[in-house]
Amino acid sequence: MLKNQRAVIAGKKSWGNDYFLFSLEAPVISRKSKPGQFLMVKITDNPYPLLRRPFSIHARNKHNIEIFFQNTGVGTSMLSQKQRGDKIEILGPLGNGFHIGERSESKKASLIGGGRGAAPLYFLACELVKKNINVTVFYGGKSSEDLPIASKFKKENIRTLCSTEDGSSGFKGLVTDLLETELKTDTPSLIYACGPEGMLKSLSKISKKHQIPAELSLESIMGCGFGACWGCVKKIKKGNTAEWHKVCEDGPVFSAGDIIWD
Amino acid sequence: MVDISVDLGFLKLKNPVIAASGTFGYGIEFSPFIDLNQIGGFVVKGLYLSPKQGNPPPRLAETACGLMNSIGLQGIGVERFSKEVLPQLKGLRSALIINICGDTNEEYARIAEYLDKHEEISAYELNISCPNVKKEGLCPAQDPDDTYEIVKLVKKSCSTPVITKLSPNVTDISEIALSAEEGGSDAVSLVNTFLAMGIDPETRKPRLGNFFGGLSGPAIKPIALRMVYQAASAVQIPVIGIGGIASGRDAIEFIIAGAKAVQVGTANFTDPDSTLRIIDEITAFCKEKKIKRLQDLSGAVDLNP
Repeated sequence: MLKNQRAVIAGKKSWGNDYFLFSLEAPVISRKSKPGQFLMVKITDNPYPLLRRPFSIHARNKHNIEIFFQNTGVGTSMLSQKQRGDKIEILGPLGNGFHIGERSESKKASLIGGGRGAAPLYFLACELVKKNINVTVFYGGKSSEDLPIASKFKKENIRTLCSTEDGSSGFKGLVTDLLETELKTDTPSLIYACGPEGMLKSLSKISKKHQIPAELSLESIMGCGFGACWGCVKKIKKGNTAEWHKVCEDGPVFSAGDIIWD
Repeated sequence: MVDISVDLGFLKLKNPVIAASGTFGYGIEFSPFIDLNQIGGFVVKGLYLSPKQGNPPPRLAETACGLMNSIGLQGIGVERFSKEVLPQLKGLRSALIINICGDTNEEYARIAEYLDKHEEISAYELNISCPNVKKEGLCPAQDPDDTYEIVKLVKKSCSTPVITKLSPNVTDISEIALSAEEGGSDAVSLVNTFLAMGIDPETRKPRLGNFFGGLSGPAIKPIALRMVYQAASAVQIPVIGIGGIASGRDAIEFIIAGAKAVQVGTANFTDPDSTLRIIDEITAFCKEKKIKRLQDLSGAVDLNP
């Protein structure tokens, strides 16, 4: 069951003025959450900005749920100014998450995160590790400042490979190039990813070329987050027909082979 | 005890708050958040005869205090709706209103006829802002004669009461409202969204996949209110006010302007329980102002200096 509630910001962490992590007191939503699901967060009670913003669930424990976000516009900028103790209204958990451990052969997973898209992968990585799945995280950004949560993965003893476009940290180039390099020696049974559209498009090709199934979490502008507005659609193949499917309700995670890119 | 019930003549509502078409899915999407029995009614997402693909994304773009959309009425069509959705909406104690769309006048009439046997449907709302394929994509809502014709045809083909939803993208809203009334419409609801556009200065591309979209939300409220006032001054049939209503006081403004009931649209996205909150706020307002019957406020605008 979905829940709309006011949650106290129990903790806040920031990396410069770009990346933020909020820990929210929301035990019911936390208990029900699965990796890949998201929250709709109300920025303000005033009419500007009007719509809630979707954020994937970054982590959870018994009582709290975490969101990790980048300051990219009016909504996220206003949200980033909230302080510990403030209350924000959240709706969730929404959408379908990643499929975990449904394939018996999936003992080795590669998780690919681009920029803020790494947010849901931390929750996912922790759950996969619990199921004794061997996880490697590929985390890419423009520069070393765009990899703020790399240390969180490492702290969990998760193998984490970083890439930056400017070469300031780890492999120089795109995270998909880093993955291709790794694929020469090591093949995972499953790819999970979240990040910019260009990255996900490349991953669809990689997934097809190497015959590795991939689950991709898509981003979209959302009106409601729960299937009422039909605003967040992407073209998805089901059987022989391709139709506009709602990212919020039918996704946000889709099989790479089902996504029709423009 | 405050009486906030509404009598539209053809339909009694327990309160004046109706959820607007296109913002409330098929109703069932909201049952996790609110008891659907507690709202005055709801208008389901616009239905064409056949399933509709809708427009390419991006379908939404936010603007200051407003939302632009170009969904393009994607939907499951009337047959799937009556088989899969209608049974789930049976036995509700709130008014179920079906929004009807069409590429031609005949399509509206066929849908009205098709659904006419379903007693759980309280009324139809005609979305006359759909492009007519036989008239170079012109919407019936933009022409008084076309509005009259379509209402007349639908009224002839069904016994369910008809509400005509008017577009604000016209020069003279009173003229169109009168045409709907002459055509036999049982009520009019207004306004639909304002035709709008957004451009991303970085890419120089329109923000919406369909280039143009409809603007809704608090940004349109003052213009919508003016049009509701004009329409209510022109016609005898009940007027249902729509446009950026997000609070009880917003709703009261439309009622004072002459509306009998209101529809809440975009606010359903920001707060899925906003209809219930607005009902509570209307009751609280009436109590505070010692208004016994909400309907006494309808059209009570004081124009004296």
